[in-house]
Amino acid sequence: MSLLKVNDLVSYIGLFTILQGVSMEIQQGEAVAILGRNGAGKTTFLRTVMGLVKTRSGSITFNDASIIGKATHKISKLGIGYCPEDYGVFDLLTIEENLVLATHKKNAATRDRIAYVLDLFPDLKLAYKRHARTLSGGQRQMLSVGRSLVNSPALILIDEPSKGLAPVVIEKMALALKEIAKQSTIVLVEQNFHMALIVTDRYYIIDEGRTVHGGLMKDLENDKELQQRHLGL
Amino acid sequence: MANILILLFNGISEGALYFLMAASLSVILGLMGVVNFAHGTLFLWGAYVFRWVYVYIFPNNFILAIICATLAGFLIGLIFEKVFISRVYGNIGAQIMITLGLSIVFTELVRVIWGPSALVVGRPPMLAGASHLEFDFGTVIISHYRLFVIIVGVVVAVLGHFLLTRTRVGMTIRAGVQNSEMVGALGININRYFTLVFAVGGALAGFGGALFAPLSTTITPLSGNQFQLMAFIVVVIGGMGSFVGSALGSLFMAVMIALIGWTIPDISLVAPVALMALILIFKPQGLFKWR
Ligand SMILES: Nc1ncnc2c1ncn2[C@@H]1O[C@H](COP(=O)(O)OP(=O)(O)OP(=O)(O)O)[C@@H](O)[C@H]1O
Ligand SMILES: [Mg+2]
Repeated sequence: MSLLKVNDLVSYIGLFTILQGVSMEIQQGEAVAILGRNGAGKTTFLRTVMGLVKTRSGSITFNDASIIGKATHKISKLGIGYCPEDYGVFDLLTIEENLVLATHKKNAATRDRIAYVLDLFPDLKLAYKRHARTLSGGQRQMLSVGRSLVNSPALILIDEPSKGLAPVVIEKMALALKEIAKQSTIVLVEQNFHMALIVTDRYYIIDEGRTVHGGLMKDLENDKELQQRHLGL
Repeated sequence: MANILILLFNGISEGALYFLMAASLSVILGLMGVVNFAHGTLFLWGAYVFRWVYVYIFPNNFILAIICATLAGFLIGLIFEKVFISRVYGNIGAQIMITLGLSIVFTELVRVIWGPSALVVGRPPMLAGASHLEFDFGTVIISHYRLFVIIVGVVVAVLGHFLLTRTRVGMTIRAGVQNSEMVGALGININRYFTLVFAVGGALAGFGGALFAPLSTTITPLSGNQFQLMAFIVVVIGGMGSFVGSALGSLFMAVMIALIGWTIPDISLVAPVALMALILIFKPQGLFKWR
């Protein structure tokens, strides 16, 4: 059974139609990359799934139930974690408050999850009581990713975690995501091919608001012509 | 010397009212991005409901009159949000028109219900007196009612700060001020918080109006205007969305107006507006660094 199924999705912002036909199918336990040039519609795709961008036509089903038109908080509660492009970290809240705010239930399981997140990202443990505004870009990304895990979501959507980070930090983040991928299904928007290669097995390419290609990462790795054509690598 | 102390004291008691208005205006602006031009109307309703209850419904029951005025502010705020403003989030033009429209309609309603002329409001006997403090430089008169208003302002500031920083609801609101969309993406129904903040903001404005009526001892349908303007200026001084900034900004404004009133009284109305313009141009994030 596919966890997330998207069929011929068209979505719009104001007068602009941004997605013009995105289709994909993601199975439970997979880690899938969404690749594409700047402005291709990758962010808009994740935002449309989260109910932050309006859908004109097409379908999105999660666990076989349509989520189109649902409020964002309800979509989140179905078990979808979201890490936006700008991290979405709350600067004036502490690391602890950022994590606690995200918890849907106050029980032992979520406390364990927070402990798990802190083990995964020791930086967050050290800064636990500090305001998030004091964090570096990499640490913000860790907080964003960590925060998306506290409810053990079935699916995690991550938007360009490598963006603006130093190569060593990217490496660290990639390994953490690989670890997370053992437990959760991941949809990873990435322009950093190296990162996508470490974390994911399969990919879709979005270009001008459409899914134009899909396949296995290891095939794409060897197909320089395809990389050139769709990714401008 | 004695005169300036009296001016400062009186100014600060009005500053407490600016604060009640500005704090709610600021959080509404920060969380929902709504510039609420109807806030002064809620203040006005607070003042009139206070007098109505205090004179006719529960005569001379100060506490009950204040509670009724606060509730009126809460209910009207709730209705404003649920019926009107919730439909135009994100559409700034429509928000301005709707809140301005509500302001006009609800101010006219006050005129229709209670009449256009000034009404007299008495102070509760317990707080009606004044203390005369003798110093070498002269006598400072401390009105008990004004002292009461200052104390209430401080209590609300401390309580509000506590709620915003120490509770989950407060945490959610502070997070929403920065990024309400992300709060939704974490699984929280942010629209409920919008309604709550608008209604509680209305309650604070109504509460402020109730405190104002006995302070000024007369109320007219125009009573809300000055406070709405001052509240906007304080929001700009204190930084939009900042509760602590509203408190500091109100104090700052009160002191500034008192000092100007003492030195160059002719510009005491123009100066705050000019200050607001300067801050908007040169320091739009407000005068205070911490939030
Ligand atoms: N609010 C908006 N209003 C109008 N157009 C928008 C808006 N947001 C995005 N777009 C347009 O939608 C297209 C897709 O944007 P999107 O942010 O989804 O691209 P992306 O693939 O995530 O790019 P990047 O790799 O640079 O993050 C772009 O052409 C962009 O200009
Ligand atoms: Mg993007």
